[in-house]
Amino acid sequence: MADAKEKEEPNQAPSINHTADGGDSKNEDVGRSKTDGRELTKEEKQRLRKEKKQQKKGKSSKEDKGSSEHDQGKGKKPVALPESQVARSPPQKAAGPTAPAPEAPAAASSSSSDKPTKSKAELKAERRARQEAERASKAKKGEPGQQPSSSKSKAVPSELQPVVKRLPEHVQVDDPAAIRKLAKKLERQQIPLRSDYGNKVSLFSHLHQYSRNAPLTQQISIPSTVIHPSIVQLGLQYSQGIVAGSNARSVALLHSFKQVIQDYTTPPNEELSRDLVNKLKPYISFLNQCRPLSASMGNAIKYIKKEISNISSQCKEEEAKIQLLECIDTYINEKITLAAKVISEYAIEKISDGDVILIYGCSSLVNHILCEAFEKKRKFRVVVVDSRPRLEGREALRRLVKRGISCTYVLISAVSYILPEVSKVFLGAHALLANGYVMSRVGTSQIALVAKACNVPVLVCCETYKFCERVQTDSFVSNELDDPDDLIVTRKGKTHLQDWQSVKSLGLLNLVYDVTPPDFVDLVITDLGMIPCTSVPVVLRVKNVDQ
Amino acid sequence: MELQAVLMAAGGGSRMMDLTYNTPKPLLPVGNKPLIWYPLNLLERVGFEEVIVITTKEVQKEVLKLDVKLKLDVVCIQEEADMGTADALRHIQQKIKTDILVVSCDLITDVALHEVVDLFRAHNATLAMLMSKVNEFTETVPGQKGKKKAGEQRDFVGVDGTGKRLLFMANEADLEDGLAIRKSIMRKHPRMHIKTGLLDAHLYCLKRSVVDFLLDNKSISSIRGELVPYLVRKQFSKSMNSQRPKDDADQDQKKKDRNANLDILVPSKDDSLLELTRERSCWNDHRGDMSEAYHGGKLRCYVHLMEEGMCYRVNTLAAYIEANRMAPKLFDDPPVHPSAVVAERSLVGADSIIGASCQISDKTSIKRSTIGASTTVKEKVKITNSIIMNGVTIEEGCNIQGSVICSNAVIGRSADIKYCLVGSSQRIEPEAERTNEVIVGSDQLMEI
Repeated sequence: MADAKEKEEPNQAPSINHTADGGDSKNEDVGRSKTDGRELTKEEKQRLRKEKKQQKKGKSSKEDKGSSEHDQGKGKKPVALPESQVARSPPQKAAGPTAPAPEAPAAASSSSSDKPTKSKAELKAERRARQEAERASKAKKGEPGQQPSSSKSKAVPSELQPVVKRLPEHVQVDDPAAIRKLAKKLERQQIPLRSDYGNKVSLFSHLHQYSRNAPLTQQISIPSTVIHPSIVQLGLQYSQGIVAGSNARSVALLHSFKQVIQDYTTPPNEELSRDLVNKLKPYISFLNQCRPLSASMGNAIKYIKKEISNISSQCKEEEAKIQLLECIDTYINEKITLAAKVISEYAIEKISDGDVILIYGCSSLVNHILCEAFEKKRKFRVVVVDSRPRLEGREALRRLVKRGISCTYVLISAVSYILPEVSKVFLGAHALLANGYVMSRVGTSQIALVAKACNVPVLVCCETYKFCERVQTDSFVSNELDDPDDLIVTRKGKTHLQDWQSVKSLGLLNLVYDVTPPDFVDLVITDLGMIPCTSVPVVLRVKNVDQ
Repeated sequence: MELQAVLMAAGGGSRMMDLTYNTPKPLLPVGNKPLIWYPLNLLERVGFEEVIVITTKEVQKEVLKLDVKLKLDVVCIQEEADMGTADALRHIQQKIKTDILVVSCDLITDVALHEVVDLFRAHNATLAMLMSKVNEFTETVPGQKGKKKAGEQRDFVGVDGTGKRLLFMANEADLEDGLAIRKSIMRKHPRMHIKTGLLDAHLYCLKRSVVDFLLDNKSISSIRGELVPYLVRKQFSKSMNSQRPKDDADQDQKKKDRNANLDILVPSKDDSLLELTRERSCWNDHRGDMSEAYHGGKLRCYVHLMEEGMCYRVNTLAAYIEANRMAPKLFDDPPVHPSAVVAERSLVGADSIIGASCQISDKTSIKRSTIGASTTVKEKVKITNSIIMNGVTIEEGCNIQGSVICSNAVIGRSADIKYCLVGSSQRIEPEAERTNEVIVGSDQLMEI
């Protein structure tokens, strides 16, 4: 799904939103990955060219050429050769530029690596359907093969030339060329560029760091004309933290998109399906500048864009709008509301009377589960673990205590003290990565680690729409840096860190996310069921096949 | 469209009648630009493209001549009608299609307007306003006899811990028995800071529903005097927060009407998605009690307190003089207008402004003053700390200090004017000596 989207976008609209792609990019290796979209676009073009040539000349050696080339071309990437060759057969459709065909390439490749049997049948069927256009793409097979599998860059089936590897912009802040590119893109879209703030810790100098006191609205005109007012409002709420939390951000985003769609009128000589997508791009850039997009938001955006592109040109504007609004409502209903319900039911099975449950921070889903369990008369008590500077645990504590659940509150530094009392740990997730790693609020991996050491089961609750095809093994590559001034605290009238900027060797680091390896997670509860962490790629594949 | 700007320029300037009896307040020159230019410039700088200006016929002609790039939609009202600002909003209700930004014509400020509007946007507020510290006027005000009066009535403004949420607003005049604060406010916001040294800049962001509310409540005639305190009070009223059924048995008709009207202020169906967002978001604007963000209140008022920067409301003579001193900093026109003819042997201080087509003759000394357009200053004149408006003629040998000379006045030879206010078209006879006087109207010249 994601792949298809990516592939089609370049064909339709050359100016791709860097960040949207970046957000959804799969396979980000440490500093070396390139987004599928990028490669595939070039691949697609090359493939089409090749097809034409092939029809005339009927080459068949491209496959070999491709494979050898991609062995060499991607010297850097630790390409697993057997894997790629195996992968090559099934995921032929990978490059399928033609149709909005569901992209099983990713699925195919993962399937080939994980469970060849079942998926191969499906894939073969698909492949037959696309054989005409696909012969030339054999070379590209390797590419999709790599995608979802963990920690490998895709082999670029570049038969003709090595494909440029592109990192998403948001992890290239220390590269002036990338910044210039971003600045140019923003200028074209008439969105102001937000400037970084403060000394950055050198290990994270490749990420953006903004100040809350310098909002983006300073640089746009007050009755905002370029950007829809509800998007400006949303961006402000993101940057000030009024809307925080993966689910809340996605719902707010979709709500704003509803307003945008309602106020939209198709200009003459334009098609709604293309023009509306182009209209949304500057808004997404703006929101990204206010606060980097989350994985859930990225998936929601992909969904919307796909729905918009699928509007047939025969459709009248009013009907199209109503249809789109309904799609958004259905998405929220299915992926968030109903998913929460289903997950609670599964999770409640895991909660037994007399349990002591540990939660961390304020995850809307975990809070929902606990409240539901309490309604169903389970007897348990909760330990809320909190950490600075966000102190979100206080909000979780308030909500649980308001319901009547008995809670204990500790800071994260006391986790090893409290853990012997705890029988289960429930964690929320910001995103689940394709290699089974859990990306969540900073501190989660510590809790999972300590829990593992104490043999306490760790259950992660996450809806499937937060599953992301990115791959990450550490928290450095791609993260978010929050305002460093949040760390400054005034006690007894003294603010020791007041002039931290004047000390050149001092950097304040306010990380937002970290990744937890799947070894520490015992179970992931999703709306598709209770799965082990390593089955995330399977779910992604199944999702792609469905769509 | 997000915001519509409304400029209120129909006020009379009742506190400085000496200046405004001949010139309408919006056209008073400050730093050689009409007063109304300053708020228009502020709106233009920030990015507005159109402004609705509510004013009188006299001012309309001049306003259309101003060189601002904004599109001005001038609405005239009768001066005699004595409309309050809220009445004026009701008058233009049909033009209002979105939330509005109401500005008064006598506001001179360099505030970063996005601060006020961001509060309005981010918290989905019903009202967001601007306040700044009261300016101490140090210059001697002409015509003021004796010590400064007790001063205007103070405003008591209560804000919460963050300094942004407006909890309480009352004017000293309304508080005969002392300051009374409702328990409901204290329960929700146990820490409130009450400030008195604040100047209301008369810049308000109001939601569209407030205009609809005004339509129904014709008794409210002034935004500052009645509407704002009403909104601030209603944040904590029970009927806003608990959805009581409208037909309470023991309410008389009047109360029922008011309740019904209040519901306009509350967005009736707060979009279910917005509710879902708020429920899922882990943010709260306060801590320590069990309530959700904003205590579940739907009506919110916010205030931005300006700490630094310039903010003047030119509604008294003292403010007018101070504003003349400070206003030039707001724009970077050259202090001496290119078309002014300044003789070489004259001394024009760096902090003085000379208007267009002036003629300054030799041996004059002009310090810390503002000279209006088309003014003629003859030789050996000494002008210090004064404001000379347009078309004035000052004969030789005069000495003008700390005074305000209104348009088209004539100051005779060798007159000595100290701390006076000379009204429009007045003539001061030669060799006159005036100190601390207001010379207006049919106040005849003294005979020496």
